[in-house]
Amino acid sequence: MSTKMQALSLFDGAILGRAAGDAVRKLDPRQLARNPVIFVTEIVSLVVTILFVRDLVTGSDVAFFTGQIAAWLWFTVLFANFAEAVAEGRGKAQADTLRRMRSDTMAKRLVDPHTRQYQSVNALDLRIGDVVLVEAGDLIPSDGEVIEGIASINESAITGESAPVIRESGGDRSAVTGGTTVLSDWVKVKITAAPGSTFLDRMIALVEGAERKKTPNEIALSILLSGLTLIFLIVCVTLWCLAGYSGTTLTVTVLIALLVCLIPTTIGGLLSAIGIAGMDRLIRFNVVATSGRAVEAAGDVDTLLLDKTGTITFGNRMASELIPVPGITERQLAETALFASLADETPEGRSIVAYARSKYGLSEQNQTSEGMSFVPFSAHTRMSGVDLGRRTIRKGAVDAILRFAGVAMNGAPAPFRQAVDRIARTGGTPLAVAEDGKLLGLVHLKDTVKPDIRDRFAALRAMGIKTVMVTGDNPVTAAAIASEAGVDDFIAEATPEDKLAYIRKEQQGGRLIAMCGDGTNDAPALAQADVGVAMQTGTQAAREAGNMVDLDSNPTKLIEIVEIGKQLLMTRGSLTTFSIANDVAKYFAIIPALFIVTYPELGALNIMKLASPQSAILSAVIFNALIIIALIPLALKGVAYRPIGAAALLRRNILVYGVGGIIVPFIGIKALDIVVSALHLA
Amino acid sequence: MVQHFRPAIVLIVLMTLLTGVLYPFAITGFANVVFPHRAGGSMILRDGNVIGSALIGQNFTSDKYFHGRPSATNTPDPNDPTKNVDAPYNAANSGASNYGATSQALIDRVKADVESWHKAGIAGPIPADAVTTSASGLDPDISPANALLQVARVAKARNLPEDKVRAVVTAAIEGRALGVIGEPRVNVLELNLALDALPAT
Amino acid sequence: MSIAGWLQIILVLALVVVAAVPLGGYIVRVLAGEHNLLSPVLAPVERGFYRAAGVDERKEHGWLAYTMAMLIFSLFHLLVLYAMQRLQNYLPLDPKGFDPVAPDLAFNTSMSFVTNTNWQNYAGETTLTHFVQMLGLTVHNFLSPAVGLAMAVALARAFIRSEARTIGNFWVDMTRATLYVMLPLAVIVAVALVVLGVPQTLLGSVEATTLEGAKQVISLGPIASQEAIKELGTNGGGFLNANSAHPFENPNAWSNMLEIWALLVIPVATIFAFGRMVGDARQGLSLLWTMAIVLIVGIVAIYAAESYGNPILTALGVDPSLGNFEGKEVRFGQAMTALFATATTGTSTGAVNAMHDSLTPLGGLVPMFNMLLGCITPGGVGSGLYGIIVVALLSVFVAGLMVGRTPEYLGKKIEAREMKFVMFALLIYAVNVLGFAAASAIAPFVVGDSGYLGNKGPHGLSEIIYAFASTNGNNGSAFAGLNGNNLWFNTTLAFAMFLGRFGYVVPVLALAGSLAAKKKVAPSAGTFPTTGPHFVGLLLGVIIILYLLQYFPALALGPVVEHFLMLNGKSF
Repeated sequence: MSTKMQALSLFDGAILGRAAGDAVRKLDPRQLARNPVIFVTEIVSLVVTILFVRDLVTGSDVAFFTGQIAAWLWFTVLFANFAEAVAEGRGKAQADTLRRMRSDTMAKRLVDPHTRQYQSVNALDLRIGDVVLVEAGDLIPSDGEVIEGIASINESAITGESAPVIRESGGDRSAVTGGTTVLSDWVKVKITAAPGSTFLDRMIALVEGAERKKTPNEIALSILLSGLTLIFLIVCVTLWCLAGYSGTTLTVTVLIALLVCLIPTTIGGLLSAIGIAGMDRLIRFNVVATSGRAVEAAGDVDTLLLDKTGTITFGNRMASELIPVPGITERQLAETALFASLADETPEGRSIVAYARSKYGLSEQNQTSEGMSFVPFSAHTRMSGVDLGRRTIRKGAVDAILRFAGVAMNGAPAPFRQAVDRIARTGGTPLAVAEDGKLLGLVHLKDTVKPDIRDRFAALRAMGIKTVMVTGDNPVTAAAIASEAGVDDFIAEATPEDKLAYIRKEQQGGRLIAMCGDGTNDAPALAQADVGVAMQTGTQAAREAGNMVDLDSNPTKLIEIVEIGKQLLMTRGSLTTFSIANDVAKYFAIIPALFIVTYPELGALNIMKLASPQSAILSAVIFNALIIIALIPLALKGVAYRPIGAAALLRRNILVYGVGGIIVPFIGIKALDIVVSALHLA
Repeated sequence: MVQHFRPAIVLIVLMTLLTGVLYPFAITGFANVVFPHRAGGSMILRDGNVIGSALIGQNFTSDKYFHGRPSATNTPDPNDPTKNVDAPYNAANSGASNYGATSQALIDRVKADVESWHKAGIAGPIPADAVTTSASGLDPDISPANALLQVARVAKARNLPEDKVRAVVTAAIEGRALGVIGEPRVNVLELNLALDALPAT
Repeated sequence: MSIAGWLQIILVLALVVVAAVPLGGYIVRVLAGEHNLLSPVLAPVERGFYRAAGVDERKEHGWLAYTMAMLIFSLFHLLVLYAMQRLQNYLPLDPKGFDPVAPDLAFNTSMSFVTNTNWQNYAGETTLTHFVQMLGLTVHNFLSPAVGLAMAVALARAFIRSEARTIGNFWVDMTRATLYVMLPLAVIVAVALVVLGVPQTLLGSVEATTLEGAKQVISLGPIASQEAIKELGTNGGGFLNANSAHPFENPNAWSNMLEIWALLVIPVATIFAFGRMVGDARQGLSLLWTMAIVLIVGIVAIYAAESYGNPILTALGVDPSLGNFEGKEVRFGQAMTALFATATTGTSTGAVNAMHDSLTPLGGLVPMFNMLLGCITPGGVGSGLYGIIVVALLSVFVAGLMVGRTPEYLGKKIEAREMKFVMFALLIYAVNVLGFAAASAIAPFVVGDSGYLGNKGPHGLSEIIYAFASTNGNNGSAFAGLNGNNLWFNTTLAFAMFLGRFGYVVPVLALAGSLAAKKKVAPSAGTFPTTGPHFVGLLLGVIIILYLLQYFPALALGPVVEHFLMLNGKSF
């Protein structure tokens, strides 16, 4: 996957070519039997084909009509197969790229883990528990755990991210993945995956769709579609009898044409493509789901558990405000604070410099003076600063600076004390600044909430999803950040047990939980959550416990994962509705055509004014086939999700796919009828 | 499964006693004590004889009586019990023609009936109730329009001035209760009884 | 169409709703076993029944045991009615001295009453003794709706419980429904009917000498007591052949209004009860609005079609101002006939105050379509609620996906298992109606010149479709020109009734079991909304489209084409 997956366009020429071939191969009834709607279509296509041959042999004048119906029925099946093949084709292309990296690697298996004596074996012969030595330049032969050593590793093969990562024994950074490369140093790795079931293998299988099992919702939908197919089969068979009562003998060809128009071939043909495309969207998003079930569950998630640091906030304290004591201007304070931090390379220090520069426009010159000597931070003094000639500038913890300035807390100016209280209460860190024993003011350091996160949480709330912030901060700090970020709830001073308990409580209340985590101690919560997204950088335990792995290790992605899950379900629902709504127009096309001889009065139902009975039936069948092709892009891209709440979404989709589904075929069939009769096809 | 037998049997027996015996007999007892006339079918007595039920139409054919609607009731053919013969207003076997809107038999029958009205000197459209059979075959009522069309015939047969007969008819018209409930109608048996009760001229 | 007509229609519907709201609350309390108005009188009776029957009222059933109890109870009761009919000549209360009922007719009639259908291949006044009418039919008229109500409540419980193994005790539900709901209402309505003129006597008939001197034998009987429960229990089996068109069953406009009220009130109340049980009245209301809209559109359609009259007869010189009047009674008029026909087929009652066979083609299409929906607007006692819930589950499943979540209804996720039961129930209907109708439509002994049809042409096909729509929907009304009293129809209609009831409720109860076992999911803004106008619109859409798709060809060859033929003056 060193080629970025996003690079694959929706309709890549090579993929389409291969899909066309696959569409024909998929005609094998043993394969098609998995899809009852299309299977039935195939069988009746065969029947009409036989009738066509008979008509040809007997020289019947309906042979041309029968032949056309047969052809379009076959097209219907082929188009459905093609849709599936296109969806699979995109996965296959990705799998090929992955497979190239899995080319047989030689592994250095240690005879004795305590020594560095090894024998060369094929990577495929490695068993769980074997220990291998991987040195700079080697490919890691299989998934495992670092038990000794430290190394920088290039994981771009898996993540697409070229910056090397550090892997070392112990801690949460010990997992290594087969197919990645050690760049420097060496590690001893204990193999944790059996051959053929490594992370890479699973990814290949996944993107290829080889292990694709129907997901629960897909099964339920298949039952609906099979049921409808059976019902319409009954409708068509019994129609022969009811027509017989009226003195009309319906031919098998037209009954089959009616049947295929009525059974939900559109959604039946696109169903598996939708599912594959959903997984594919996730993979292109650099998230690997271990099952389709997890993707569906993502759509149902009610509560998101998000770690504060890195997800909601940037994770480091930054200067956000300067509060001088009375008698000092902000600019004076800024200048002093800037000096105090010039040589301070901590993130806090740099943020003060940046803040002073951008806010107060302090330039370079007056910052560089001679005779500057930096006083580093020490745990003992709990302050840092700079000695500038005779000036001694210090910044640090409030009590330390007060001591430095020789002031008691209650001797400090009231505004200063109030500011200290306010900052502490809102979760920030007050940093006092003093010069030559004189208290100048405060720098407000705070953990900054990401700028767009509030809007995203608002969108989630509109979707009906509750966001919960998990943080190690004390409750006061947590509450402040929670309200700033706009989360619905938070867990302060969170331990892994707290997380687990919270998840259980929510689940007890009938809610589905998603969370992400990376540490080994997250594993129980990841396993308990309905959607657990493990970070690729996390431990092997975490990756095993979750049902998705985020290759970018970006916890914000949970939100997109939920959207992808919802999109998958919406696409299925919308196309099902569309497919069923289509039938109305087909009836109006076909029923008057069937009985025009016996009951010319039924011509009143021919509201589309179709040219002839044969043209009406043919147009309906052609429409039924072409609509599958027309909807493939939608099936693959998915119906656009908008976080506008279920009621509004429903209204919108019913209008587009329900009402639209009723109207579109009227137009389509009429247009086809004009073409068919103009070409004298019927 | 067997454990369900006892409750099934016992409850069927108990419920039969309660709803099949106690309930109908209690209603019957109550009705016959408090509303004996209605409970007995609203029978009309004249000179101690039952002449019919106020609720059930009769088959009037004589010109001096107002006629009810056509009736489709029948009775088993005395000669061949597997067949039925027409028996209008057979109150022992209610029933209808069950002709659909496109039934040729319906059209033929209505055509004949309309013609006989025309022959009787009635011009213009015939009230629908006069040429259609009712649902029960025992409809006691006709529409006021139908009754009024028959005034001339009845007056002639009874040697009464038409106005007098029309007055009886008008008095017999039952309107909508409270102006809303029910349909305007004339009970034929009661109308004919009122006619018979007129002092002879 | 007249203003007075519309006012009557609105008045009856308003009275139904006014009564149904408190009745719904009462039903909830009663079936939960809570103390209520009638407890002082009926609670001892109830306890006595349980003691005698060996029922522990605190012990609940899982869905399978519940289903088995219901099936065994129904089977035994079917056998009792069959035996009564076959032995009626040996039993008391036989003032007219009837012969035993023939085996096929007795089978059909037994099945008809145990399934709450009340399809009648017999004419009451010429076939059955008072004993069978009272101890047989009237008892079924009480118990079959009580069984329906029990099953509906069991399904409703499945939605309010979370991870539950049981759905209630069948014996307790059925007993309470009979004692507290059906019986008291029946007493009230029966007395009211007597007051309005419905006979209630043990006499078999009275012989009158008419004004013209002819003999008129007038059939009588304990009519009021059976009439009351016939409507309240959405049964519909008349004491007399002409059913509620007979002046003794339905003597005037007031009794007509009372009967329409009675046949609607419990089904509507059950929907209110459902809203209360699930703790959100709006859930019930959205179902009710859906039903009401189908019902009201039906009323308008029949009223308009019938008022327009039959153009063929108008051309012959018939005044069209009364509308199409064949098979109708003067005292009811078009408005209350339209309301009765729609209400009786929207519920599973099937009583008629006019002959549906003689309705205009489009007028007849309305009751037919109501029944093809399975009588769910508002449906039979109990069966209306579980019927509409099946449709709601289907709608929620199809459209619920469109909001991007696994579909859920009232906090229960609808997954493969539930869809299996829903589709099974739907399939039963399709096979039942279309299968039997198709077989009948090509059977020469049915459609031949000396066959069983009362009308030729498309209307004859309508008679067949109507018969199976009616029996499948457990309605019981008929296009009565069809002669059903023969081996073919006695048998096929009986099977249609059996499948339409038991073939449908077994998956429904399995559904209840499966839903009860599920964890109740908490609602959120992302949850598919099952209240409000959009859900009503969705339900309507699914009902119309899904059912129209199944039956459009059949309807096109029956009433639809007949309508166009009528307009063109064709006859058969």
